[in-house]
Amino acid sequence: MTIKKFMFVNRKAPYGTVYALESLEVVLIAAAFEQDVSLAFLDDGVYQLKKGHSTKGIEMKAFEKTYGALDDYDVSKLYVDEESLAARGLTVDDLCVPVETMSRAALGKLIEDQDVVLSF
Amino acid sequence: MLNIVNKSPLDRGSLDSCLQAADGGAVLLIEDGVYGATRGSVGEAKLKAAAGKFKLYALAPDAEARGIADRMTDGVTMVDYGGFVDLVAEYKTCQSWL
Amino acid sequence: MAIDVNGKSYETDEEGYLVNLADWNEDVGAVLAQSEGVAMTEQHWEVVNFLRDYYNEFQIAPAVRVLTKAIGKKLGPEKGNSQYLYELFPYGPAKQACKIAGLPKPTGCI
Repeated sequence: MTIKKFMFVNRKAPYGTVYALESLEVVLIAAAFEQDVSLAFLDDGVYQLKKGHSTKGIEMKAFEKTYGALDDYDVSKLYVDEESLAARGLTVDDLCVPVETMSRAALGKLIEDQDVVLSF
Repeated sequence: MLNIVNKSPLDRGSLDSCLQAADGGAVLLIEDGVYGATRGSVGEAKLKAAAGKFKLYALAPDAEARGIADRMTDGVTMVDYGGFVDLVAEYKTCQSWL
Repeated sequence: MAIDVNGKSYETDEEGYLVNLADWNEDVGAVLAQSEGVAMTEQHWEVVNFLRDYYNEFQIAPAVRVLTKAIGKKLGPEKGNSQYLYELFPYGPAKQACKIAGLPKPTGCI
């Protein structure tokens, strides 16, 4: 199987809509097929990685934990837009997994460099 | 009037519309709307500016789910689902800024 | 669909996966194993319990490649290989062991 570069662009907050969870599921499927997967988080998408989700009160699955399994799936390229973090009063210390932060412009160049871009 | 905002202020303009258009009463942030009340965010400044005009509330289970319950700005009262119902009962009308 | 265990009924989906994670106990696992034609041994339970722990930690049932690697890391290379796991669960370790563990079908498993 030809290996393609897949980039998942995540721009939505978790729980309010189903985009974040759907993205994560497709990420795992693409990774199970041993594709070259990377994830970008910008705008409200950075909230997906905010640590300390406690979803008992809203009776939904706390899928924050699943980001921790990405390493087992050999997905280790997680890119976060630093401007989006700053606008939300967040720093990398607030995030649940190790990421690489960069400017929006640098992120845009990375997205440009992909074979397949999936938008969530 | 009870105003309910369920969208993140950085994703949609519904918090702005609510704070500018509504004529006082209470603002309750729910779902992704709770991000508006996080310290250091753009929404915080807007809420602070509107604090004289509205009583401000946020739904605790939604803040907890998103891992931000410990960084809600001062001046916003956290309520649970029971408190949500009480607010709906307290105000004559309710507008959801969807 | 449903299965009966010790006089109690448990809901399953059309493929036989347990609908409610919290319904699971070892007796339920044993009945699910029977329906899969798997005679459970200590080695089988080890994999099933590994999967349940993995689910608790990460909220997903891992794909078979990931499962194999993760088991190798925790239980050693003699267990973390597909031959060993397919001997225990001939119709697919992820699929069959997940079903017996009361987990949903693995993500990435079509």
